[in-house]
Order: sequence, then C-alpha cells, then structure tokens
Amino acid sequence: MLGQPLIEIDHVEKSFHNTVVLRDISMKITKGECACIIGPSGSGKSTLLRCINALVPVSRGSIIVDGIQVNDPNLDKLALRRKVGIVFQQYNLFPHKTAIQNIAMAPINVLGRPKEESYERARQLLAKVKLSEKADAYPGELSGGQQQRVAIARSLAMNPLVMLFDEVTAALDPETKKEVLFTIRDLAAEGMTCILVTHEMGFASEVADHVYFTDGGMIVESGTPTDIFKAAQNDRTRAFLSQVL
Amino acid sequence: MMEPIARWFKWLSSTHGLNYSVFFDNYDQTLFLKGLQTTIFLSLACIFLSIMVGLIGAWLQGSRLRAARIGTAMFVQFFRNTPPLVQLAFFYYAVSSLLPTLTDQFGAQAPIINNLGWAIISFSLFAGAFNIEIFRSGIEAVPTAMTEAAESLGYTRFQIYRIVVVPIAFRICLPSLGNNLVNLVKTTTLAYAIGVPELLYASAQIWSEAMNVREMMVLLLITYVALVAVLVGLMQRWERSLRIPGYIA
Ligand SMILES: Nc1ncnc2c1ncn2[C@@H]1O[C@H](COP(=O)(O)OP(=O)(O)O)[C@@H](O)[C@H]1O
Ligand SMILES: [Mg+2]
Repeated sequence: MLGQPLIEIDHVEKSFHNTVVLRDISMKITKGECACIIGPSGSGKSTLLRCINALVPVSRGSIIVDGIQVNDPNLDKLALRRKVGIVFQQYNLFPHKTAIQNIAMAPINVLGRPKEESYERARQLLAKVKLSEKADAYPGELSGGQQQRVAIARSLAMNPLVMLFDEVTAALDPETKKEVLFTIRDLAAEGMTCILVTHEMGFASEVADHVYFTDGGMIVESGTPTDIFKAAQNDRTRAFLSQVL
Repeated sequence: MMEPIARWFKWLSSTHGLNYSVFFDNYDQTLFLKGLQTTIFLSLACIFLSIMVGLIGAWLQGSRLRAARIGTAMFVQFFRNTPPLVQLAFFYYAVSSLLPTLTDQFGAQAPIINNLGWAIISFSLFAGAFNIEIFRSGIEAVPTAMTEAAESLGYTRFQIYRIVVVPIAFRICLPSLGNNLVNLVKTTTLAYAIGVPELLYASAQIWSEAMNVREMMVLLLITYVALVAVLVGLMQRWERSLRIPGYIA
C-alpha cells in the first residue's frame, strides 16, 4: 500500500506581495489516503489546496502530483487539472446550467468526450450522490448541501486521481452537512485519494488516515487521528482543539 | 394601399388641412417605407455589430497583454467622449478620403464604403464603446468562485469566457444593454447628415415637397415611439427567456 507518494509537497512557501502565507510546508500523500488538514482560519489551508492544482503559483519549493511538477513554469495545467478535482466552500455551480449539465459539461468541453457517454456518466454520478431526481434542477433550486453534492459529482466526472475539499460544509446547516459528509466518506472508503480541509473534527477523526494541524502557514503537528485528537504533543494544537471540540 | 385608410386621410387633408401624404400618395409612401426599411436595417446591423464590439472589447480588457488593455481603454474613451455626429463626419469625410476608390463599370471612381456603410461602422463603434463598459460591469459581477471552479475543471480562459462568464454576465447587464440599444436606434437619425436615406432623411424629402413639416414630425415621432417599443418588447422577452429558475442575479 505504501508505494510512491501520489502527491509530494516539498518545502513549499507562498507569499502574496509581502504577506507570507505558507512557510515551509511538506507533505506526502499516498494513493488511497485521506488526509485532513485542520487549523485556525487564516493559517493558509485554502492557499495550500489552491497551490496543489495551480490556481495560485508557489513562491518556493516543489509540488509533484502523480509525476507532474506543479511548479514547473511550463506546466501543462490541463493535464494537472484532469488529475485533481477540487470542491470549494462557496457554492459555485454554473447557475445557468442544470445539475446534469453542470456535471456533463467539462467532460464534453474539456476532454472532448461524446455527449451521450458524458450524460450517461453524469446520471450515474448523480445517483452516486443520491440526487437522481434533481437532474434537471438549476443550482438556484437546490439546497446548499445538494449544490455541494452536485459540485462533488462535477469534479468526479473528470475522473480525478485526487479530490481536494476546502471546507465544503462550512456554509451548511447541520442536517445538510451530514449528506455531504456521507458522500465524502463513501468516496474515501472507495479508495479515492482525498485532501480535506475541515472544521468537523468528529468527521476528520472518522475518515482521516492522517491529520495535519496547521497554524501560521506551518504544519505544527501531524499524525494519525488518535495521535492528534487524543494525544496532541504541541501546545498550540491542544489550544486549538480545546476551542473547537 | 389600404383604400379606406387612404380615403380617410385624403378627407382629413381636404377638410382640416392636415396633410398626411404618406397615407395616400404613392410616391411619398414608397419614400417613407424605404426610409423605415433603411432605419430598421441600419439599427439591426448596428445592434449586432455593437454587441460584437462589446464582447471583443470586454475580452481584450481582461487580456494579459498590456497593449490590448490600453488600446481598448483608449478606444472606449474616444468613442464614448466625443459626439457621435462628429465621429460620423470624421469617418465619412476624413477616413473615407484616405481609402482607395473602386472603378465602376463606367470608369467612374466609387468609394469602397458608401454612406450607409460608414453609418453602420460609425454607430457600431459608438454604441460598441458603451457596450464594452456595460459588459465589463457584468463580467465584474460574475463571482470569481465560479470562474475558478471552471478553471479547476480544466477550461481554457477563452472557454471560461464563452461558456461561463458571458452567459452569466449577459443576464446581469441585459437591462443596461437594452437602454444603450434604445439610444442606438435613436442615434441612427444622425445618418441624415451624410445623406443616408433613413426615416428622417426620407421625411425631410417628403415635407420639402408636400410642405407638411408639422404632420411629418408627428408621424416621425410616433414611428420612433413604435420602433423603440418593439425593441423594448423584444429585449424584455429575451430577458424572460434567459431567466434562470431560482437564480437572483
Ligand atoms: N490572493 C490573495 N492575496 C493576498 N492575500 C491572500 C490571498 N489569498 C489568501 N491570502 C491571505 O492568506 C492568508 C491565508 O488564507 P487562507 O489560505 O484562505 O487561510 P485558511 O483557508 O486557512 O483560512 C490570509 O491571511 C489571507 O488574507
Ligand atoms: Mg479557507
């Protein structure tokens, strides 16, 4: 199981102008692993995810995703983004397209897949996130949790090797939160490689293989869920956990 | 010609001296309808082209190339901040004389672009400059989260523009676009100045013969009210047909 890491983040630094957001982040994520990143707001969690799929360039250090050097100036962004799916906190389905269109669009437009096949696959993915009956609904007609599940299906339609989730349940009420978390848990259980930024500590300890606690742009402490949630060594980790738990 | 209507306007002319010759005089009627046709053609051509100018300009304004952004900004400044009549004269008298001429089959020199052509070009650029600004405000209102989602799905910048940004931005700015197009239709009367036989020009020809300035003015105003009403109606229908269930722009 522990082969070559699928994602290798090596001494990554990121600054915006004069603000240092990430200082010296290193991580190795193997295939099928579910990594959870926790930490106070502003600690650079979103920035790290955005660096992994090259939405923002890193300032220093290296990121390799399945053999693709993300910080290479000649990076083939399309090749990278076929491997990396990302779901954000804000709902961002295309509002003028129905749920099924949202899912089928990218395979047709980006990968050049046939229409029939893409819609068939979109239907399967909608069933997977338990929204078959909402195929023809527009995002504005869906609840926040339903929108996030469609967004997950939209990313899955590209057959990514790894899924990044950036606080996808932060804007949801407790009931709908569960639907989305179950969807993610099922994905992780099926062996999808996941990097999950979350404030749901209970969920993190349930699904994570590895937990990273970040603060001030650094990984302060990392380990198994038991290591972090039951026996944190660092004072900052303990202070953070005592606030959120 | 509709016989009863013609007869009624003839009666109106002889009893009350209100000379709506357009309704009973074949020659005047043809002139007026040709003018109407020219105005409609001119308006439609300019509406289409000015929207194209707006889309291309808004795209260039977001370009990575500094020169493209500066060029677009200068274009907008020039066409938005100068009078459209002066722009029209500039094209028709200044630019036209710089272009080579064509020799027709009788050996005479004819300009490559005639006055109608210059009117179309001039008004399309004029209204297009406003459309660039209108589309830009619409594009800026599209949440970045949405374009980022498209980017992370592997869409190219042009695909994002075409598939995500334009459809959403267009819905946001349709009301302002409607206002600008109404202005554009009214601006087409300026083509009178370079002799394009549109409605105003045709009307002037009619009243200088029939001495019915007052009647023609009334008719002209009513015709424009009707033309603009049709345009506004179409824009509203367009807006309705583009409405997305559950989406508040
Ligand atoms: N595009 C940007 N330009 C400038 N500063 C940014 C930008 N994106 C994020 N930041 C800053 O980086 C810091 C970390 O942000 P973020 O990665 O969103 O943290 P988190 O997701 O952990 O809350 C914040 O202080 C934020 O203001
Ligand atoms: Mg964040």
